[in-house]
Amino acid sequence: MGKTESCGCVLSNSTELYGKEMATRDAYGITLVDLGKKDSRVVVLDADLSCSTKTAKFAKSFPERFFNMGISEQDMIGTAAGLAFAGMIPFASTFAIFATGRAWEQIRQTVCYSNANVKIVATHGGITVGEDGATHQALEDVALMRVIPEMTVIVPADAYETSQSIYFAANYYGPVYIRLGRAKVPPVMPENYKFQLGKAHIFNLGKDVNIIANGLMVSEALKAAEILNKEGISTGVANFSTVKPLDEEALLKIAKSSRLILTAEEHSIIGGLGSAVSEFIAENYPVTVKRIGIRDSFGCSGSWKELLKFYGLTSENIINTAKKYLKE
Amino acid sequence: MVDIENLKEKARQVRIEIVKMLAQAGSGHTGGSLSSADIVTALFFYKMRHNPEDPKWKDRDRFVLSKGHAAPVLYTALALSGYFDKSLLGSLRKIDSPLQGHPCCKLLSGVEVSTGSLGQGLSVANGMALGLRLAGSPARVYCLLGDGEIQEGQVWEAAMTASHYKIDNICAIIDHNRLQIDGNCSEVMNIEPIEAKFEAFGWNVFTIDGHNMQEIVEALDMAEKIKGKPTVIVANTIKGKGVSIFEGKSSIME
Repeated sequence: MGKTESCGCVLSNSTELYGKEMATRDAYGITLVDLGKKDSRVVVLDADLSCSTKTAKFAKSFPERFFNMGISEQDMIGTAAGLAFAGMIPFASTFAIFATGRAWEQIRQTVCYSNANVKIVATHGGITVGEDGATHQALEDVALMRVIPEMTVIVPADAYETSQSIYFAANYYGPVYIRLGRAKVPPVMPENYKFQLGKAHIFNLGKDVNIIANGLMVSEALKAAEILNKEGISTGVANFSTVKPLDEEALLKIAKSSRLILTAEEHSIIGGLGSAVSEFIAENYPVTVKRIGIRDSFGCSGSWKELLKFYGLTSENIINTAKKYLKE
Repeated sequence: MVDIENLKEKARQVRIEIVKMLAQAGSGHTGGSLSSADIVTALFFYKMRHNPEDPKWKDRDRFVLSKGHAAPVLYTALALSGYFDKSLLGSLRKIDSPLQGHPCCKLLSGVEVSTGSLGQGLSVANGMALGLRLAGSPARVYCLLGDGEIQEGQVWEAAMTASHYKIDNICAIIDHNRLQIDGNCSEVMNIEPIEAKFEAFGWNVFTIDGHNMQEIVEALDMAEKIKGKPTVIVANTIKGKGVSIFEGKSSIME
């Protein structure tokens, strides 16, 4: 098993995740151990990144149900499918770019076309990978997964929602992609929140602007909305953690209440949440939509905080964009 | 006692159905289906414990057709085993048929996993074998690969996995017919020496005449007795075997 034995991971219990500022990957590692205790069918695969993806904690607790596949993502996804066909509930983890990019065709052909009960939980989604730079920053993963039939795509906003979505995935039959991050994120979901597939959480509905976000951009959207509301611009925020299937009912409700819709995601503006929202809005209830995200470029090295500023993934940019396009 | 003559006759029937269904379909891979007809016959009508009445029986032996383009041989074996009516074979590759050009497990009972994009089946077979081992099942997993197929890098990732995890409830079979779409494997991208490669990856290797039913049966039986490492059977075959006008040709009906 190698280094995973000595990996120092955060120890906690998944019921204690409400209100915690924590990286979503840490919440995953904690939840996996809980799941492993409850269901012996849960098995975990990793591709030599178990300390970073936080599956190492599961590896230590349940060594016989943990498979380090080495640096071979394609084989990992195929093996996960086989384990699923033998009645196991496999969680396969690595960095988002390798999970969805290197093994895309395995996910399409072997997992989704076969409707294999595989859970792909990828960490290090987005720009907040930081110093490792563009090669390790997945800005396309949501697009790559969303385009495949039968795939479910979830981008949780905080530790609390991550844990709930992992539990959901374990109890749902079919392929699921869950995108997690490296950086610590503040808690945003209320204590009474219950994750439901394909159900957006509308924090509040604005009459001027509504911000549709997921992942760490939910907290930026909430900060932006607070300021815009104080300035007299009625602004709402919705967490669309399920990118696929999209909550069309909520989207229609939001569209009917909006002069402007902003989407905010830590992903390329091509193919992700912004695209999904734009496609639905264009076809069903045209309202002006502006997408905040990475504008068709690769990432680069830097601290994650610097990078969020550099690429405009901030409440300031949301505020400025809202004001700019409300005037027009 | 194994009734070798009976298995040979079964293989003859399988070949007849393959040729009939491909003629009706008007397109498809004849050569690679015929070259593996004896192996697949031995698996479905001798070696594998399976039950067409209960296709999801948890302790069934699994068959993964990694070389998915040989779908006709799998469909024929399933039909003659009783998974579905033989009359369905005529619908191969036709619109609305569960007999897709390459096998789809969602559409057809008895197909364990959808295949067709090469190089992916051995990983799936490993996963099945690991899962069965965890569940304490006595079931075994058989995976049929093409020889050209092992040019795919994922096959060697999976070869490492099988020996690293000492998966001995798996048996891979290479249909070594020496031809791929663009010509001889040795000219397109040399794959030899296959046996030495698998041995270097930690596998137990048997080499047989893939059209000699006695040798096929013996190799499958011996594979089951090898513990602590995976076994691969390199089956030397002839593309299009059994139909003189197809033999030794890189034949795809288009």
